[in-house]
Amino acid sequence: MVRFFGILIGLFFAGMLIYSFGRGAVEYISNPPVKAVEYQFHEGPKDVSFASDGPFGKFDKQQLQRGFQVYKEVCAACHGIRLVAFRNLAELGYNEDEVKAIAANWPIETPAIDPDTGEPSTRPSIPADKFPKPFANDVAAGAANNNAIPPDLSLITKARNGGAPYVYSLLTGYTDPPAELPEANRPGTGLHYNAYFANLNIAMAPPITGDGQVTYSDGTEATVSQMSEDVSAFLIWTAEPSLIKQKQTGWAVIAFLLIATILGFLSYKTIWADVKAEKKKKDA
Amino acid sequence: MSFPWAQQYKPATEFGQWMDDRLPIGRMIYNSLGAGYPTPRNLNYMWNFGSLAGVFLVVQIVTGIILAMHYAANADIAFDSVEHIMRDVNSGWMIRYAHANGASFFFIAIYLHIGRGLYYGSYKAPREMIWLLGVVIYLLAMATAFMGYVLPWGQMSFWGAKVITGLFEAIPLVGKPIQELLLGGFAPDNAALNRFFSLHYLLPFVIAGVIIMHIWALHIPGSNNPTGVNVKGPQDTVPFHPFYTAKDGWFLGLALIFFTWMMFFMPNALGHADNYIPANPLSTPAHIVPEWYFWPWYAILRAFTFDFLFVPAKLLGVLAMFSAILVWFFLPWLDKSPVRSGDYRPRFKKFFWFGLIPCIVVLGICGGAPAEEPYVMLSQLASAYYFAHFLIILPLLSRIEKPEPLPNSITEAVTGKPLEQAS
Repeated sequence: MVRFFGILIGLFFAGMLIYSFGRGAVEYISNPPVKAVEYQFHEGPKDVSFASDGPFGKFDKQQLQRGFQVYKEVCAACHGIRLVAFRNLAELGYNEDEVKAIAANWPIETPAIDPDTGEPSTRPSIPADKFPKPFANDVAAGAANNNAIPPDLSLITKARNGGAPYVYSLLTGYTDPPAELPEANRPGTGLHYNAYFANLNIAMAPPITGDGQVTYSDGTEATVSQMSEDVSAFLIWTAEPSLIKQKQTGWAVIAFLLIATILGFLSYKTIWADVKAEKKKKDA
Repeated sequence: MSFPWAQQYKPATEFGQWMDDRLPIGRMIYNSLGAGYPTPRNLNYMWNFGSLAGVFLVVQIVTGIILAMHYAANADIAFDSVEHIMRDVNSGWMIRYAHANGASFFFIAIYLHIGRGLYYGSYKAPREMIWLLGVVIYLLAMATAFMGYVLPWGQMSFWGAKVITGLFEAIPLVGKPIQELLLGGFAPDNAALNRFFSLHYLLPFVIAGVIIMHIWALHIPGSNNPTGVNVKGPQDTVPFHPFYTAKDGWFLGLALIFFTWMMFFMPNALGHADNYIPANPLSTPAHIVPEWYFWPWYAILRAFTFDFLFVPAKLLGVLAMFSAILVWFFLPWLDKSPVRSGDYRPRFKKFFWFGLIPCIVVLGICGGAPAEEPYVMLSQLASAYYFAHFLIILPLLSRIEKPEPLPNSITEAVTGKPLEQAS
């Protein structure tokens, strides 16, 4: 009985699916799907590597400091890093006084309540504070940016396919639209062509416009590519501050497991030796 | 239960004797995981994944309990509380990545465990109850994993919850109320997040309970084995401890190396970038996909593109997706071949390796891909085969197939000597 109904149900489902497949196949052949324009012009992230890549990667603290400088001078006016605290900057090699100074002098103050009147106000940040958001809320952010809300960058290298190379490619990927780009896909008012952005037209104006836009204190030449790479490296750190610790812990754990597994395997072999010997006799 | 030649528990100490007379917990462990459980001597490495899945369940429960100490199930702060775990809780990143990747490894183990049961006929008499309880565990695990993925309240959490609960909407009349009951509202929000958290904490313990029954039922007939031939004498078995504890033990080490490699060096490889964007009901992600272990079922769901009479395609897809798993409940009665092991079933073997396995792989790939051609057509073919395999091929095959001769005993299969004379 089970098998009888089973076969009936099986025939129904399989029949429906084959029918759907047939209809779909006819449609596919008679009316082949057109590849979306975005697919034709969109490009995958550029091939760029970072010091923190790979199982043995390490943060280049000098680069992270340069990246922080680019973030501060170029990005911070519109993009927050709300999940990062000023105190975390100590991990980039800044000492306590430098962190305090960075927090106190940050152009946007931390929201607070006036202790005398109880009215909302702001105060200079301290190391324990998270980086204040550049806009009070999304409405304010949209209003100041042609209705495109600048995303928070704390997690951006983990929140976009392609990670840090994607961020680097986006920053260096502004070009004039190719001549063969259809009119409908050309950037409208307030939009900019960027082949690395999903729909090719991004609201953000090119943020890193020319060499020497920031002046690095360590003497590194601030080319467009260098600045983009540095800020991408910085954003790897903001997204995963414990990245290097993870890799170091990983090696210790795997070394331990390797030894334990080898010992376990040897005891397994010893325990089974007699039982396996019988089997060997058969094979011989 | 167990075989007459099973070793008997003898308390080693006076205290052990005292306990054994009052609460024989040592005896129970000895008889279920110790030397008192005779196990077929010829189990291959496919028999390692049951205990492995059990270990990963424990990993999930332990890491999950710790995460719950720091997580806040509130739609306003859930996302940030997860980032708090990642950034400010000591080694919080390790606990969270162990939990996130542990779910995948639990499913890897459970899929290989199910696959072994399918190939070696472990679902057949007298082990039907073990199989049925296993399917229950799998269903519970899917529900648990789905609700767990919602908790970080990222974009994929939110939209995944919306799509999956939206499936119930397809059921006529009661669908909409069921969906609202699941979500506690009209769309995923705080009420949904809270009940998912509550159930996500509860269900693993229900799973643990069903696993106890699963193992209880296993110990009545004992383990199946690669020949599928019943255990016939003492030489066919070895005591579970130390033989299989040693084998499970070293293999666990190997599995943990793979697990920790994922966890420490590529912890987000199996996740979605979109889930690092806070949930936003006003912005739909370009491709909403569930976690990889749901992809085959998701492909079946989306394979139905045409209405059948008055039944809309969406409802057909939902019915088919649930049927695809529920069919496993009937498997012991669909496949009536008396031979358990696929090794001795020449045709079954071909359908398994060249039909079912590629079909599941194709469904997996299509389920993770965007719903466009050629993936839709491929998933239609693969889904058709899937249903045909379980509902048409297996029932008919057990009638027409001529199995190869079985060995007289496990001992004969291993040593080449008949059971009695083997030494």
